[in-house]
Amino acid sequence: MNRGMDSGSHPAPKTGFFPLSPEMEFGKDYFALFGLAPRFRIDEAALERAFRALQAEVHPDRYAHRPQTEQRLSMQWATRVNEAYRTLRAPLARARYLLGLRGIDIDHPAAAAVSADFLAEQMEWREALAEARGESDLAALDALRERLDGEARTLTGELARALDEAEDWNAAADAARRLMFIEKLEHDVGEAAAVLES
Amino acid sequence: MAYSDKVLEHYEHPRNVGSFEKSDAQVGTGMVGAPACGDVMKLQIRVGRDGLIEDARFKTYGCGSAIASSSLVTEWVKGKTLDEALTIRNTQIAEELALPPVKIHCSILAEDAVKAAVADYKHKHGMMREAAEEAEG
Repeated sequence: MNRGMDSGSHPAPKTGFFPLSPEMEFGKDYFALFGLAPRFRIDEAALERAFRALQAEVHPDRYAHRPQTEQRLSMQWATRVNEAYRTLRAPLARARYLLGLRGIDIDHPAAAAVSADFLAEQMEWREALAEARGESDLAALDALRERLDGEARTLTGELARALDEAEDWNAAADAARRLMFIEKLEHDVGEAAAVLES
Repeated sequence: MAYSDKVLEHYEHPRNVGSFEKSDAQVGTGMVGAPACGDVMKLQIRVGRDGLIEDARFKTYGCGSAIASSSLVTEWVKGKTLDEALTIRNTQIAEELALPPVKIHCSILAEDAVKAAVADYKHKHGMMREAAEEAEG
């Protein structure tokens, strides 16, 4: 599996990071950085632990009295470690990143469109949101949020199957794009609810 | 984001908002969306016996530029043949509405919506011809 990616060939450094050859390590993908297999289903606790450990190791405070080169490197590493953690922690960002490793850009403008049925459903939900907002109907917003949560869970399951089992990148990219719509809608529903609650 | 006067004009007074009956044989429906911003656009054309687009409707959930782009194309497609409608380019929409670079994707969405509506109409009629031939045969 995964022979195409040159990752995991360098052991994760434990201490004394910056005198080591940083250029080489910097090329690692985010999964390898945290010692995880490049899969959609991840051990969240392991990610959390690896992140904390690495974060402590590269923290700029540790290098405040070191030469400028090391200070700069520690800064770059801290940024990279944070970005890697944010990416792997969120399912959609993780899926986008995994597909990116396979050479698929889900945000490409020429990417295949999601189905018309899905878009028609989106439109219905957008209408429901507009209606609930217009009538200041918090209960309707909550109901909508619940449906969207369910939809997001279903899509996350689809992503896991497509990425980890079927290895069907096109199906995964399609599910990821649908999840983008759902998350945007969830965000807008949350915003509308916050306005009503305030 | 500062909108151009033309975007504001279409946003505040959108033309041709609404729906036609999707199953109507004269109607073609295009549904498109942009995952990144969550915009959803439905554009419908109604084609007359003479093959010209006699009317159009749209419904768009999205930003002002997406609404203005769809409003504008519903005006543009009227009186055109299907093939003429297919020549509408997003660059023309962007130019007409003075869209900034970050909003170009809204004009692309509108162009795609027209194409999808025309394709749906053609698909419907291809299918209907086959069905009619089958019934006759």
